[in-house]
Amino acid sequence: MRLLSGISLGQFIPGESFVHGLDPRCKIICTFLLLTGLFLASSPPDFALWGALLVAISLLSQIRLGLVLRSARPVLFLALITILLNIFWTPGHEIFRAGFLKITEEGLILSIRMGMRLFFLVVFAALLMMTTSPMSFSDGLERLLSPLAALGFPASEMAVMMTIALRFIPTLFEETDRILKAQISRGADFESGGLLKRARSFIPILIPLFVLVFQRAENLAVAMESRCYVPGRPRTRMCPLVWRRSDSAALIILFAFISALVALDRRFLRFLIR
Amino acid sequence: MGSIFSLRGVVFRYPGAESCALDGVDLEVSVGEWVALVGANGSGKSTLAKICNALLTPTQGDCFVLGENTRDGLSTAEIRRSVALVFQNPEDQIVASIVEEDVAFGPENLALPHEEIKRRVDFAIEAVGLSDERRRGVFSLSGGQKQRLALAGALALEPEALILDESASMLDPEGRESFLSCLNGLKERGMTIVQITHRMEETIGADRLVVLDAGRAAWDGAPNEFFRGEYRRWSFEEPPAFALFRELLERGLLPAGTSPDVGSMLDALCL
Repeated sequence: MRLLSGISLGQFIPGESFVHGLDPRCKIICTFLLLTGLFLASSPPDFALWGALLVAISLLSQIRLGLVLRSARPVLFLALITILLNIFWTPGHEIFRAGFLKITEEGLILSIRMGMRLFFLVVFAALLMMTTSPMSFSDGLERLLSPLAALGFPASEMAVMMTIALRFIPTLFEETDRILKAQISRGADFESGGLLKRARSFIPILIPLFVLVFQRAENLAVAMESRCYVPGRPRTRMCPLVWRRSDSAALIILFAFISALVALDRRFLRFLIR
Repeated sequence: MGSIFSLRGVVFRYPGAESCALDGVDLEVSVGEWVALVGANGSGKSTLAKICNALLTPTQGDCFVLGENTRDGLSTAEIRRSVALVFQNPEDQIVASIVEEDVAFGPENLALPHEEIKRRVDFAIEAVGLSDERRRGVFSLSGGQKQRLALAGALALEPEALILDESASMLDPEGRESFLSCLNGLKERGMTIVQITHRMEETIGADRLVVLDAGRAAWDGAPNEFFRGEYRRWSFEEPPAFALFRELLERGLLPAGTSPDVGSMLDALCL
């Protein structure tokens, strides 16, 4: 049973690399810039440069590229649907027809573009999570959202909530795997039959999983209370966030790179000429 | 020696429950004592632990921790700091993904300065022997290491007392041994320990043994007294060392000169 094997989404990989050492606020802003920049990329040279950037960041993070790429695995199905929808339902110059299905040149280009964007979006987000511990990620996010606290936004509570959610991702995979194996040992079959039958066979997994998650949440809440956690009460940090020169440098370099990519994009140039 | 816990006629009934989880418990635990709390499932052991940590408030009666009544909402934070609770499953109490970040969670909640948090984290990690693992992900730790991490998280609060709610029950023999040796070290430093357990061999090192039965403190005394025969009343198993000694004695296999007095042997084992 290889249903859940190899999923690395959201898992922090401890390390001492340059990227690991950056301030989480810097990494969150950089990822936001990367994701925004991705939606402006459209041509093959653009995506080649994005690929080069991915390899560079992966090297700076000292995380194997294979592991980073593997994080896109859970969204392959979603990417496939996006590609198929765009390939068959985009109007334009027809290049192939089989019955009611037709492929247009525009559809083909758009589907490749969307698939590439989705892939880079997931791997860059995964790189952020692989190099930032959930605790520092939520600290960074809390600090970035702290101006909203004046408007009553519960930034601190949201940060703790996010830490726990991220901390529980591997636990949930583990528990799902355990339940899967328990059901298989009792004769359940998750691998044969059509899509609908297979989807239905997962109901006996979901019910115990939900029960377990609520039980875990209750136990964790009690444990957190016993460790003096009180929602809304100010907390301090063992490692207060410090913005260093390296953070500014990383941000400036990335901003310059994305700006250059955008400027190089032919559509953007055409837009400027107009 | 002053009392750290003082329970007076504590009754607790869970909402909607037909019977009381605790039904008039009177118990005093002195500073520096190691008390083993034993009892069958549903006898109220975990409820008692939660009451001593101010996680539950008695339905009737009072629980005083270092002289503070747990009913007093103002002292709740101080009680939880003074009495650290370690649960059975370490997975349920680990909040962060990195060892040192998890240990820091408690002191961070106390809003301490970061130098003080760091000092406490260093102390707690050292005390449980996880210094080499401080930057490791918690999911790569073994069961025994996770339980020691949970203990470190509790120690970082610098409590006066530790309540261990079957904390060694999920560990393999090696993990249990290393966990219990951690506890022995803490006991030597003067920590008050209330250890809830089902395993009788874990009670041998305790100063006192308390049996909870149907929500009441049914027996309270020294472990060696308990294993002279009282343990049979509740169908507890004899610790393997005691059982072996008794068996050898009954079969006449002990060397000449060994005292035939089971009680004196038990005294020696418990010391």
